[in-house]
Amino acid sequence: MTEQTKTGTGTILIVEDEGNILEALSFILRRAGWDVRGHGKGESALEEVARVAPDMLVLDVMLPGRSGLEILRDLRADAATADLPVLMLTAKGQAKDREQALAMGADAFLTKPFSNSELLEIVERLSGVDDFRPAAGQGS
Amino acid sequence: MLSFDGLVAVCVVYVMGLFAIGFIAEKAARQGGARWLNSPITYTLSLSIYATAWTFYGAVGSAARSGLEFLTIYLGPTLVFVGWFWLLRKMVRIGRAQRITSIADMISSRYGKSGGLAVLVTVLAVLGTTPYISLQLQSVTLSFSVFARPGALGAPDTEQTAVWVAGGLALFTIVFGTRSLDLNERHPGLVSAIAFEAIVKLAAILAVGAFVVWGVADGPGDMLARIEASAIAREPLNGARWLGLTVLAGAAILCLPRMFQVLVVENSDERHLAVAGWAFPLYLMLISLFVVPVAVAGLSLPGTGDNPDLYMLTVPLSLGQDGLALLVFLGGFSAATSMVIVAALALSTMVSNHIVMPLWLRATRHEDPMTGDMRRVALTARRLSIAGVLFLGLIYYRLSGGAEALASIGLISFLGVAQVLPALVGGILWRGATRVGAALGIGSGFLIWAWLLLLPNVAETGGLIAPVLSNGPFGIFWLSPETPLGLQSTDPLLTALVLSLGVNTLLFILGSLFSFPNPLERLQGAQFVNVFEHSRALLGWRGSVGTADDLLIMAQRIMGTGRAGRLFQEAARGQGRDGDLPEPTPDFLEKLERELAGSVGAATAHAMVAQITGAASVGVGDLLAVADETAQIMEYSSQLEAKSEELAQTARRLREANAKLTELSVQKDAFLSQISHELRTPMTSIRSFSEILMQTDPMDDAARGRFSRIIHDESLRLTRLLDDLLDLSVLENGRVTLNMGEVALGDVLDRAIHAAGAQAGGRIAIRRDPEAEAVTLWTDADRLAQVFINLISNAQKYCDAEAPELRIDVVANGQGVEVEFADNGKGIPARQEALIFEKFARLDTAKGAPGAGLGLAISREVMARLGGGLSYRPSADGTRFRVRLPARALRAA
Repeated sequence: MTEQTKTGTGTILIVEDEGNILEALSFILRRAGWDVRGHGKGESALEEVARVAPDMLVLDVMLPGRSGLEILRDLRADAATADLPVLMLTAKGQAKDREQALAMGADAFLTKPFSNSELLEIVERLSGVDDFRPAAGQGS
Repeated sequence: MLSFDGLVAVCVVYVMGLFAIGFIAEKAARQGGARWLNSPITYTLSLSIYATAWTFYGAVGSAARSGLEFLTIYLGPTLVFVGWFWLLRKMVRIGRAQRITSIADMISSRYGKSGGLAVLVTVLAVLGTTPYISLQLQSVTLSFSVFARPGALGAPDTEQTAVWVAGGLALFTIVFGTRSLDLNERHPGLVSAIAFEAIVKLAAILAVGAFVVWGVADGPGDMLARIEASAIAREPLNGARWLGLTVLAGAAILCLPRMFQVLVVENSDERHLAVAGWAFPLYLMLISLFVVPVAVAGLSLPGTGDNPDLYMLTVPLSLGQDGLALLVFLGGFSAATSMVIVAALALSTMVSNHIVMPLWLRATRHEDPMTGDMRRVALTARRLSIAGVLFLGLIYYRLSGGAEALASIGLISFLGVAQVLPALVGGILWRGATRVGAALGIGSGFLIWAWLLLLPNVAETGGLIAPVLSNGPFGIFWLSPETPLGLQSTDPLLTALVLSLGVNTLLFILGSLFSFPNPLERLQGAQFVNVFEHSRALLGWRGSVGTADDLLIMAQRIMGTGRAGRLFQEAARGQGRDGDLPEPTPDFLEKLERELAGSVGAATAHAMVAQITGAASVGVGDLLAVADETAQIMEYSSQLEAKSEELAQTARRLREANAKLTELSVQKDAFLSQISHELRTPMTSIRSFSEILMQTDPMDDAARGRFSRIIHDESLRLTRLLDDLLDLSVLENGRVTLNMGEVALGDVLDRAIHAAGAQAGGRIAIRRDPEAEAVTLWTDADRLAQVFINLISNAQKYCDAEAPELRIDVVANGQGVEVEFADNGKGIPARQEALIFEKFARLDTAKGAPGAGLGLAISREVMARLGGGLSYRPSADGTRFRVRLPARALRAA
């Protein structure tokens, strides 16, 4: 397979506590042209979002300190981040987790493990829907 | 001066008067009762049979002979009525609640309705009372002779007088004591008669007293001066004897069969006792008020004769006060007759209930003890017993010849019946008292009393066995009643008192402590000791008023409100009293009894109905049947109780099992979700990086190497996780195979430290104590090492001190071996302590560290399999885990 076209146009913040997964995500998204920032802690994730002001957020559900769902709720409650596209990641893979995340305002939901192309598709779609919100809400 | 015939005529008229009172009272009682019949004053006056002819005549004699000693006979009862009032109340309550008929019945009933004890107490009572009855006969004949002497109109035949008196008393007792065919234990006619006699007695003694103080002396002042000058005032007081006699008299008021009869059996209302509590001591005080003045007068006046026991009569006679003397004669006659009547009644109840009836029942094997035929037998037995008791008294009187001083016979009698005291009081106050203890106590006291006092008294009068008495049986000196245990006593009564009651009490207590009560005994013991919790006060009985109400209440309690209500309505309708309560007619009562019997058994039903209607008392056979039924019902209900308890337990266990299953199911879901998370996380890295490696071309070697390594490490992590899960599963199912062997603790630690890569110079410094580690164990060394490795690795990973240090302490003692791993880090936050051993529970501080969070859970399971344990020790500085191995893991080094 050849090197992929760089389609990324902005900054993506990844909040993920597993170092290896964070590294893999960063590599894939950077290669797609995104400016990638990583963060590993739940409790300081909101501050990091405010500081980085990303165009998109990839958020793990199981985080030390604070759950990804709680962070999502706070983001949606804040006018500055209410429209920020958010992709939730989870390793638990139960249908109810996914429904809950979408109901709380996640734009997309990915269950670990996922394929890299799957990830990129969703990220691309989310970067495109920015202008059409709130039509988003489909899953992976 | 009255002639002898005139005197006899007066007596006959007096006795006829008593009969009249008795008949009137009986009639009044049958018709619903006059107030005076059921008054506390009548009750108190009936108690005054305590003051017999012995008191009436003998107290003056005693005062003349030995000074104020006679007072003890009044002091004892007064102290009991004032200080032990609660005990009297308890006795009365028990007597009513248990329908006690006599003192023998009381003892027998308390100790599991023991027939043997009843016979023993009955025999004791008969032996103790017979001399006393003869004493009364003697006093009557003696007073006759005194009266008749000056006239000499023909010397009265004292023997014949005694026979006439005894016969008359027997007749009276039979007429009023066994009058009713239903064997009601209360006798209003008889009680009224003796209450009347109590008044005569008191009036006579007060009249003589007043005459002596104001007629012989010149008023109280002069009288006091005369007393001061007399020998009585100089009589020394013997402390021991005073104490002994007071105790004896106090015991007698509780134990004398006749006192029990009037105090408990004839009591119709518990509240009467409260009045008697002060009125009876007052009566005794009045009776004793003029004893000393009369004695002083008797000693100083000429022509009063040489027997001080008769001063009561001779003092007025010597001064020509014939009318007063006649009153005194009647007073003494009253005192004697009332005592004999009640004593004969009480004894006959015991003899017929506990000796004659059981024998008769055994002889005839009677089928139905509740037939009318049976009642007639019981009445006959009682009448014969009355005649028999009086006949015995007469024989004793004839044998003794009337020689003994009155007072000494009375005291011997007192001590005899006092042998019942320990078993009586102990039985009321102490649930632990048993039949064996009571039998041993009463039996031993009885024998000692009979040997030391009764036998010598009989022998003295009979002159039969005097040599045996003074030399001891078979010449054994210390067994001689005159010198018991070799004691040369100057006061045989006091010696016998201390010996008999002492041994009695001791054996009673020891026997009770070393024997085990049967169920009925225990039941009765509880009923007696806790009588106030088990029964309500039985207050005055007011004829048939309210009977139907009471019956309804009882029936409702037993049959339930609805069924009882229907039964009563139906019966009322049948009687043409629709809407009202039915009359308690025999038909209705029979029907009610039948209905109740279905629930509580026939005998109990009969007893309950009888108790409420007051129609019939409960006989011996009845009581036994009730006891049997009660025991059966109790047995049955305790079986039911056990069954329902069993059911409740099963239900509880099912509930618990269900709750556990639910919880396990929840836990299983959570566990699967956890496993899913733990497996998916490494797989995510593996999948992503392998795709990166596949999709990226070209890729620099450094990145390729790094990504490959990550894939490799994550694969290992997956494998480790699966290994741990399998290990845990095997451990939890208990299917683990242990390779037990002998191993040195130090070696296992060495291995673990090496395997964890924590050798000297590593990230963490290990502090050990080789001496303490010199312990040889019998265990699975690999498994133990696994636990140690886990603990050491955890310390390596999580100890956050600047210079991390792990101390390993070993303590080996009789309870086993403890190995403590303590690091110097920050420790585990208190709020997370509960999670330490949870699967996958990596604490916040442990996030990001490798491992699936199963290590401690596995270690804990391993230690459980090895028979020991693993626990977290909260401490202020650092994290401490303690590994414990059982004592059996220890091998001598």
